Amino acid sequence: MASPERERFEQLVRSSSGRLLAALVANLGDLDLAQDSLADAFLAAAQRWPRDGFPDDPDAWLYTVARRRALDHIRRESTRSGRERATLETQAEVLADREAETDASRRSGIEDHRLRLVFTCCHPALPLDARVALTLRTLGGLTTAEIGRAFLVPETTMAQRLTRAKRKIRVAGIPYRIPTATELPERIDGVLRVVYLIFNEGYLASDGDAPIRHDLADEAIRLGRLVDELMPGTPEVEGLLSLMLLHHSRRDARVDAAGDLVTLELQDRSLWHADEIAEGAVLVEQSLRRGAPGPFQLQAAIAALTATAPSFEDTDWAQMVLLYSELLRREPSTVVELNRAVAVAFARGPDAGLALLDDLRDRDVLTTHLLPAARADLLLRLGRTAEAREAYDHALDLATQPAERRYLARRRSAVPPSPAPKG
Amino acid sequence: MKYMLLIYGDAEKFAKLPAEVRDGWHGEYMEYTQKLAASGELVAGDALQGIDTATTVAVEDGKTLTTDGPFAETKETLGGFYIVDVPDLDRALVWAAQIPDARSGKIEVRPVLDLGDM
Repeated sequence: MASPERERFEQLVRSSSGRLLAALVANLGDLDLAQDSLADAFLAAAQRWPRDGFPDDPDAWLYTVARRRALDHIRRESTRSGRERATLETQAEVLADREAETDASRRSGIEDHRLRLVFTCCHPALPLDARVALTLRTLGGLTTAEIGRAFLVPETTMAQRLTRAKRKIRVAGIPYRIPTATELPERIDGVLRVVYLIFNEGYLASDGDAPIRHDLADEAIRLGRLVDELMPGTPEVEGLLSLMLLHHSRRDARVDAAGDLVTLELQDRSLWHADEIAEGAVLVEQSLRRGAPGPFQLQAAIAALTATAPSFEDTDWAQMVLLYSELLRREPSTVVELNRAVAVAFARGPDAGLALLDDLRDRDVLTTHLLPAARADLLLRLGRTAEAREAYDHALDLATQPAERRYLARRRSAVPPSPAPKG
Repeated sequence: MKYMLLIYGDAEKFAKLPAEVRDGWHGEYMEYTQKLAASGELVAGDALQGIDTATTVAVEDGKTLTTDGPFAETKETLGGFYIVDVPDLDRALVWAAQIPDARSGKIEVRPVLDLGDM
């Protein structure tokens, strides 16, 4: 294939595979069969299209070929039990009936199938790591090898994880359907958690040397857009998409040329992606107007305050404290408490913030490096240099991410020498 | 698909429930079972006597060993079960969540092995 054609083909594989897979899964009721027949269809396309040219509607072409392959496969299949074969044969008939469907109804059907697949992949009966892997594989169209690389797991391990998950879907009867109204809020939360987990893994990778992995963050935003498109007007879905856009808009400023983290205060705001900030800010406003605020919307509102402030100093810290208080009331968490304390330090002075952080420390409920690092910053601002150094040391003992360790070490070495003891 | 809903009760947590809830427990189970039966999805269900009445049997080298117990290793012990025949896991989970002991113990939901699938 010539290179522009190849590029077009690869882009098509990426953009269409999730959609087509969802439609095939819904019809076949079998993820493996759907994946295999779709792979066959792509293979056939790679052979035929360079010779015959791209079809007018590549999706329809791929769908038809994959469906035919699945039918052939079902007819050949002799290892399945009688009952399962009977089910598949019925499905094959249904498939044949659908040949007659119009293109438009097929398309809207596919959207519906994709949403079902989202809920299957994020079903709470599956372990969280499997939910993440399945979502990236079936909806994101990533290969098993790519997912393995993204989570620093050998490809064989990731393949086993996916196989086990697919087996559980089949054997435990996890459905391909949109949850009922009573189940829906909890299930949507589950889907959003999976998407946010993928984003965070990209935003601040827990392992590895690179502090930001754009591929995963981009993928999470794509998934967020997909869920938003499939369930339009759902406040927390909009909230999460807004939050991810706003965080991700700062990616180029968060790391310097040496690969080290740059704090918000020192980031070059001209490197922030204004279009993404605008989109995120509009989204969060729109979601909050729906009158059902939730944790993602509140976090997005906080991120929007930061992203739209003319400068760090001119951030509306008082408003931020209010938003953090509201978030804390809804979803108590020590990390939110810590962030609120930092906002309080800017709104009312370092003393007020430090008092809250000391309270957190005394309760011994937060054991990550974040707490001593935040205390160190405030102690430094109060001129209590010896204590600041000590707190940075403590933070360095706890931090594991290399870029964060380098950042803390740099901060510590920048603490001015303590004044000579009096007397 | 058939699913077994295994009811693991927690005596300690149960004892902490308000008296009127405990008094109504039996009635709640009766009501639940009736509702399940009326839906047409109930296959079977029974409550078990306490674990202190259990006897364990194992055969080793052709010799039958009979012992008292098992003794509960966790606070939760199997106290009963239902078998339901429903379209999918989600439906089974809906039934499981309505079992009174779901509030003080745990319900394990397991697909029943269909011999036709083997």
